This record gives sequence, C-alpha cells and structure tokens, in this order.
Amino acid sequence: MWSKVYDWLDERLGLEDLYKGLLDRPEPHGNWWNTLGSASLFIFIMQGATGIFLTVYYTPSPDHAYDSIQYIMNGVAFGWLIRGIHHWGASLMVLVVFIHLLRVFYTASYKYPRELTWIIGSFLFLLTLGMGFTGYLLPWNQRAYWATTVGTSIAGTVPFIGPFIERALRGGTDISALTLSRFFSAHIWMLPALLTALIGGHLYLIMRHGESQFPELDD
Amino acid sequence: MASSNRVSRRDFVKVTTAVLSTIMGAVVGLPVIGYLIDPALKAQKSDTWIPLGPLENYPIGKPTLFTFTRSKVNGWEKTVNSYGVFVLQKSKNEVTVLSNVCTHLSCRVNWHEDVQEYICPCHDAQFDADGKVLGGPPPRPLDKYEIKVEDGDLFIHFVEG
Repeated sequence: MWSKVYDWLDERLGLEDLYKGLLDRPEPHGNWWNTLGSASLFIFIMQGATGIFLTVYYTPSPDHAYDSIQYIMNGVAFGWLIRGIHHWGASLMVLVVFIHLLRVFYTASYKYPRELTWIIGSFLFLLTLGMGFTGYLLPWNQRAYWATTVGTSIAGTVPFIGPFIERALRGGTDISALTLSRFFSAHIWMLPALLTALIGGHLYLIMRHGESQFPELDD
Repeated sequence: MASSNRVSRRDFVKVTTAVLSTIMGAVVGLPVIGYLIDPALKAQKSDTWIPLGPLENYPIGKPTLFTFTRSKVNGWEKTVNSYGVFVLQKSKNEVTVLSNVCTHLSCRVNWHEDVQEYICPCHDAQFDADGKVLGGPPPRPLDKYEIKVEDGDLFIHFVEG
C-alpha cells in the first residue's frame, strides 16, 4: 500500500533522484566539526518556527511589547518553552555559526572552487548577528533599550555618514515606537528573507562541490 | 563479516535519526498545540449582579435603555465593553429587562415608540415590548435577564462566557 503511494509520488517527483543527489552524496571522511553547518541550519529552522509562534502573542508597540512578553511567559501554556527556545537558540545560533566559520577558516575549506560558498557564508554570519541585534530590542525592557541605544550610537561613529546611519537605524533621533517597529520588521521579514535566500545558495554550492577533503599526513 | 541479522551502520543511522527527530518534534510540537489554543481553553466566565438604579426611575409602560460598561482583561490588555439593556416597568413593580442584542446576528435593537416595537437596524428584525419575535430572521426572542429588587434598587443577573 505505502510502497504503491511512494512509487506513484516518486514517478512524478523523482524522490529517489532527489535523495541520491542531495543526501546520498559521497563525502570525505570527516569529523564532528563538519556537522556545524547542519547544526546551524537546524537552529535556524528552530528559530524560524518558534519565532513564528511568538508572533501569535507578541505586539511590537512600546505600550504592549513588554506586557505581551510577560503574558507569553506567565499567561500562555508553554509560552515559557517557546520563548525559552527562541531566547537560548539565538545565542546558540551565533555561537554555532561562528564556530562553523572558524572551522572553515582553519581547515582552509574556503579555497577554490568554494570561494563563493565562503563569501555567502560570511554574509550569513553578518545576517545572524543582525538577527541577534534586532531581536534584542523586541522585549522592550531596560536592557533592550540601552543595548540598542549603545549599538545604534556605535553605528553613529562612522565618519561623515554616521549620524545619518544612526537616524536611519532608529527611524529618527531617538529610540522610539518607530525604532521598535522597524527592528521588528527587519527581525521577522527582511533579515529572515535574506537569510533564507542565501542559505539556499550556500546549500546549492555545498551540494555542487561536495565537502572539502581534509589533507592527509602524506599530502 | 556483517551477518544478515546485524544492523548495518547505515540502517542504524537512519533509525537513530528518525527516532531522535520524532522525539524532538514531539517535545516541541505538542506544547505548541497547547500554546496556540490556550486562550480558547481559558474562556473567562463572569457572573454578577449589575445595579440599574432605583426602580422608580423607570417610567411605567415605556421601555427605557440603560447602558453600562464592563472591563475585562484579555491577555495583556484591558478591554472595556459597553452593554445596553431595555428596562420595561409594565405596572408598579412588574419589571422586564431585555438585552438589546438581536438574537439573529448580534446587532443592537432600538425601541420605536411609534410602532411599539424593537427593530433591528441590520436585517429589520421586529420584536414586541416583551421581546417576542414579530417578524424578520431572528431564531428566538430577545434575551431576558433575571432580576431582583433590593431596597427599591433594580439589579440584573449578568452572566458572561
């Protein structure tokens, strides 16, 4: 019964070819450091899923942001779990993506023909930091407020165009409702859209080139 | 080496992946269901007596609208809802209190003195002074409140949820 269903789908979707092409690739003998890319992807998906669920209750406005998170933590069943995963997952994602970057650097896996994979990966790292920065403001507590004050002020120290960048980030001269809603928009729409697109490119290139072979002792 | 009843490395990885994915999916997925339907499970109930003022304020034979507000905490926000009831004192101390919510689709009905009817502006439902359906789409008469009179003051039993 199920094999018939599977055959019907496979004939039309080419599942077997997909599996062979995408997952059943020959890989060089690696080690646990090679799993960090998959770990990053897994955390990204977790962050996406829990983030989507958080928007059910979170309200990006100065008079409701803090209270709506208090409600998620104390009023909704398992709200603490969903937000907890998102909160800790955020730190973990920065960490894992960064260690992934270090591993690629130290094993020199960025060399020909994988330069583009490395360049896209660098942008993925920056976008991950951007997600961390924009997400940090959303709880709208003292720490969020002052962290964003400091962060946007640092952006303001760029020569010549600094003050403009600062105003553009804040949506005005102060941290305000405009800052909160544009950080929210960046956090849930713009940055995730860019991340998803670049992850697609990153994965395509990995499947195209395979993983790099670590040098042997006699190489 | 590998005899047929030993699990191959590849199958072991497949089964382990499937089992771990299922566990992780369940640990996250099941709480999410509770998370999403939680407000529906906590339907708030309230049951209270609302004072409508001294009974003598209400003229005999003419339905009079009394409005009041009730506040309710929904999640992180307090919402104030307005309610209207028609108080009709038919004769001394014989009182009917009707909800002004049309039983068809919850629009608010008005008392029309010229035709002596409640008329709903949405779909022309008509009710008589007692709340009975005279015409239009409503499935049942206007809701009647349980009342009590204490020291000349009128109260209605207000139940929500």
